[in-house]
Amino acid sequence: MKALRNYLDKIKPNFEEGGKFAMFRSVFDGFETFLFVPNSTSKTGVHIHDSIDSKRTMIVVVIALLPALLFGMYNVGYQHNLAIGANPGFWATFAFGLLAVLPKIIVSYVVGLGIEFAVAQWKKEEIQEGFLVSGILIPMIVPVDTPLWMIAVATAFAVIFAKEVFGGTGYNIFNVALVTRVFLFFAYPAAMSGDQVFVRTSDTFGLGAGQVVDGYSGATPLGQIAIAGKELIGNFQTVDVLGNPISTWDYFVGLIPGSIGETSVIAILIGAAILLFTGIASWKTMGSVFVGGAVMAAIFNMIGTTVAMTVSPIDHLFLGGFAFGAVFMATDPVTSARTETGKFIYGFLVGAMAVIIRVLNPGYPEGMMLAILLMNAFAPLIDYYVVEANVNRRLNRVKLNK
Amino acid sequence: MANVIKIKKGLDINLKGKAPEVLLNCGKSETYAIVPDNYTGIVPKVVVKAGDKVKAGSALMVDKNRPEIKFVSPVSGEVIAVNRGEKRKVLSIEVKPEAKIEYEDFGKKEVSALDAESIKGILLEGGMWPFIKQRPYDIVANPADAPRDIFVTAFNSAPLAPDFDFLAKDEKENLQTGLEILTKLTAGKVYVGVKKNASSLNGMKGVEVVEFEGPHPAGNVGVQINHIRPVNKGEVVWTANATDIILMGRLFNKGVADFTRLVAVTGSEVKECGYVKAISGCTVKSILEGKIDPNAHLRIISGNVLTGMKVPFDGGYLGAYDCQVTVIPEGDDVNEFLGWAVPGFNKYSVSHSYLTWLCGKKKEYVMDARIKGGKRAMIMSNEYDKVFPMDIMPEYLLKAIISFDIDKMENLGIYEVAPEDFALCEFVDTSKIEIQQIVRNGLNLLYKEMN
Repeated sequence: MKALRNYLDKIKPNFEEGGKFAMFRSVFDGFETFLFVPNSTSKTGVHIHDSIDSKRTMIVVVIALLPALLFGMYNVGYQHNLAIGANPGFWATFAFGLLAVLPKIIVSYVVGLGIEFAVAQWKKEEIQEGFLVSGILIPMIVPVDTPLWMIAVATAFAVIFAKEVFGGTGYNIFNVALVTRVFLFFAYPAAMSGDQVFVRTSDTFGLGAGQVVDGYSGATPLGQIAIAGKELIGNFQTVDVLGNPISTWDYFVGLIPGSIGETSVIAILIGAAILLFTGIASWKTMGSVFVGGAVMAAIFNMIGTTVAMTVSPIDHLFLGGFAFGAVFMATDPVTSARTETGKFIYGFLVGAMAVIIRVLNPGYPEGMMLAILLMNAFAPLIDYYVVEANVNRRLNRVKLNK
Repeated sequence: MANVIKIKKGLDINLKGKAPEVLLNCGKSETYAIVPDNYTGIVPKVVVKAGDKVKAGSALMVDKNRPEIKFVSPVSGEVIAVNRGEKRKVLSIEVKPEAKIEYEDFGKKEVSALDAESIKGILLEGGMWPFIKQRPYDIVANPADAPRDIFVTAFNSAPLAPDFDFLAKDEKENLQTGLEILTKLTAGKVYVGVKKNASSLNGMKGVEVVEFEGPHPAGNVGVQINHIRPVNKGEVVWTANATDIILMGRLFNKGVADFTRLVAVTGSEVKECGYVKAISGCTVKSILEGKIDPNAHLRIISGNVLTGMKVPFDGGYLGAYDCQVTVIPEGDDVNEFLGWAVPGFNKYSVSHSYLTWLCGKKKEYVMDARIKGGKRAMIMSNEYDKVFPMDIMPEYLLKAIISFDIDKMENLGIYEVAPEDFALCEFVDTSKIEIQQIVRNGLNLLYKEMN
C-alpha cells in the first residue's frame, strides 16, 4: 500500500491547479479518497470525528441492495428459461441474467458518474458519492428488456435535471433513480409496460436462444390484476408465465415476472435488515410505508367492487415494487421527510398513495413510483408543519410567562 | 431533595486517557499569558506595554466597548511582549513571572454586607468578570444587564473531563462564597446543575440545586437551562462554570486574584494522566513536559476534544476557562487504505455501519484528529437530533443560521444555544460540516445586527 501511496503523492502535483492534468483534479481527488481515507485534520471545532462519512454510508446501501440484485439476475434467467422451456441449471440461469443485467449497470454508472465527474470538475468540488446508490438502483427498477440507449438518455436526464441543477447530492427534491424510471415510463411507455418487457424471450449475447413455448404470457401479477374484469371477483387467480397459478408465497420468494430487482421480498428484507441494523435508513419511514399500504388495501377490501380492490393487504405489500420502494426508495434521507414526526406521515402517505394508484388508476398497474415522487414533492410541506409546531411551542412559552 | 432531570439524548465517547484522582508534579512555567481569543464578544484593548511591571491582578487589557471589564495578569512580573498578528490583532500578552507572586490587594470582603453594584465592581476590578457569560450569544456578560436568572454548571460531561468533586475538594468555602456572590447579582434564582450523586454541592446555601443524569452534553449549561427554564426572546440569563466560581469566591475570601486551579491532564498520548496544580495562562509545556513523547505527531488541546482549542507545545497557553489539557494523535501521517470498505472493529462510530459496536461500551478508543471524510451537503437526517437534548430542531436552526434568516433563527431558538451545544452534532456528522463555527459566526452576526 505504501508504494501506491508514494505513487499517488508523486503524481498528485500534476492534478493540482496549474498542473498538466488540472482538468481532472476532481477525478484524481475522487480516486485518491476512494483508495485512502483522507488524512486532513480538523482546523476548527471538534478535534475528533466519527469514522462514518458519506462514502461509507453509500457503500452500505449498495451492499444492502446486493441480495436483491443477485436474486434479480437469477430471476431474469429463470423467467427466460420458463418462457423457452429450457432448464440449463443454476449457473447457466444466473449467467444469463448476469449478462442481461450487467450492461445496464455499466451504462447507468458510466453515464451518471460521467456527468457527476464533469460537474464536480466544473464546479471545482469533490466528487459526491450519491450516484453510487442511484446508479445501481436504476438497472434494478427497469424491465429487463429496456434498451440500453433509453437507460442512458433517462439517466442523463435525471442526473442533470433532477440533481445537478438543484446543486448536487443532498439538494435534490426528487429521488434521482425514480426520476429516471418516470422519464422512461412517460417517454417510452411501450418499452416500459405491457406483457412483452418483463421477461426476456430472446437470447443474450447468443446465450439461451430458444423458441417461446405455447401458452406463454409475460404479464406481471399486477398487470393481470389490473386487466381482470369484474366478473372474476372471488375467483381471480394470478398465474406465472406458463399459466400455472401462483400464491402469496411465490410473491414473497419472488420467482415471478417484474422489474429486475423488485420481485423478491426475501432479498429485499435482507437489505432492509442491513439498512435498519446499521441505522442508515429510518425504521419510521420504512415501517409506516408498509402500514400505510396495508391500511389502504384493507379499506379497499371492504369496498371490494373490482378485482384490484379485493387483493389482500399482504399481497399488495409483496407485489410489484412496493417492498423495494418502501425499503430503498422512500427511505432516501434527502428526498423524504427529515423530521421524525414527518417520517411517520410521509411513509404512511407513500404506502397509502401507492395502493390508491394501483387500485383506482386504470392506466398504470403499479403505483409505487408515482406515490414516492408525489410524496417527495410534499415532504418539505410535512416538515414545515412539524417545524412550525416546535416554533409555536416556543412562542407559547413566551405568552405563558407573561 | 434536589430535582433530578434525566437527559436521554446525547453521547459519551469512551476515550483512552482518563485522569485518575492523583496529583502530579507540574513544571515551572517560563511565561504566563492572556489570550484574547479565549473570550468571546470582546474587543481587546491592551493597557500595558512591554517592560511594564505588573502584579497578579493588575489589568493587562480591557474591553474596548466596555472598559470596565478588565482582564488581569495571573502572576506578578514583567510584561515581555504583546504579540500581534494580521491587522494588528492581539494574539497574546505575555508576562514573565517573578519567583514569588505579589498580589494586587483588593481587600477581604464580607459578601452579605455588599450590594450588587459593589460586588460587580470588585469582580470587574479583580478580573473575574469574564467568567460570567450571558445567553443569548454566549459572550462575556454585560455588567449593565439585570439577568433573569443565573445558571451554573457544576460538572463537565465532555470526554475525559475532570471530575468536579475532585476539583472542588478543598474549595468548599470559596465555592459557597462564589455562589453567594451570584445570588446578589440577580433578582431571579441561581440554579446549579450537578451530576447525579455528586457530593460537592451538598449543603450549599442560597441556590437551587438541580441534579442531571445522562450522557454528554448533560453538563452543558445550555442544555441545563433548556430543561430548567428556557431563555425566551428578550430575556438575558447569565451562565458560569462552578470551577470559575471558586476563583470568584477566593477573590472575596482572600482579597486577591488567585487563578490557581487543578487541571486534568488527559488523552491517549499522555504517559501519566492525572491532575496538576497550575495557574491559568501558564504554558502547556510546563504542564506536559515529560508526560508526552516530544517527537510524536501530537495535537495538544487546551480543554476537551469537542470544544477545546488547539495549542502548540511551544508557546501554547492554558485557556482562561480550561481545567483540562488533552493530548491526542494528530493523525495526518496515517494513510488508511480503502477505509470505507473495512469492517472496522477499531473505528469508533455512532452508526452501526462499522462493527465497533460489537466490542461493547467498555472499550476505550484512541481517536486522532482526522476528519475522516470529505465535506458534503447535509444528507442524513436525524443525526443531530440524537445527540442534541434540547427542545430545538438543530438541523433547521443550522439551516436558518446558514441562510441568516433572523426571524427563523429567533423562532427556532438561536437565543438558547452556544456553539458547544452543537459539538456532538459536529462529531457525529456524516457530512463533516463545521457546525460549531457556523453557530459562532451566526451568533456574532446576529449580535452585530441587534446591537
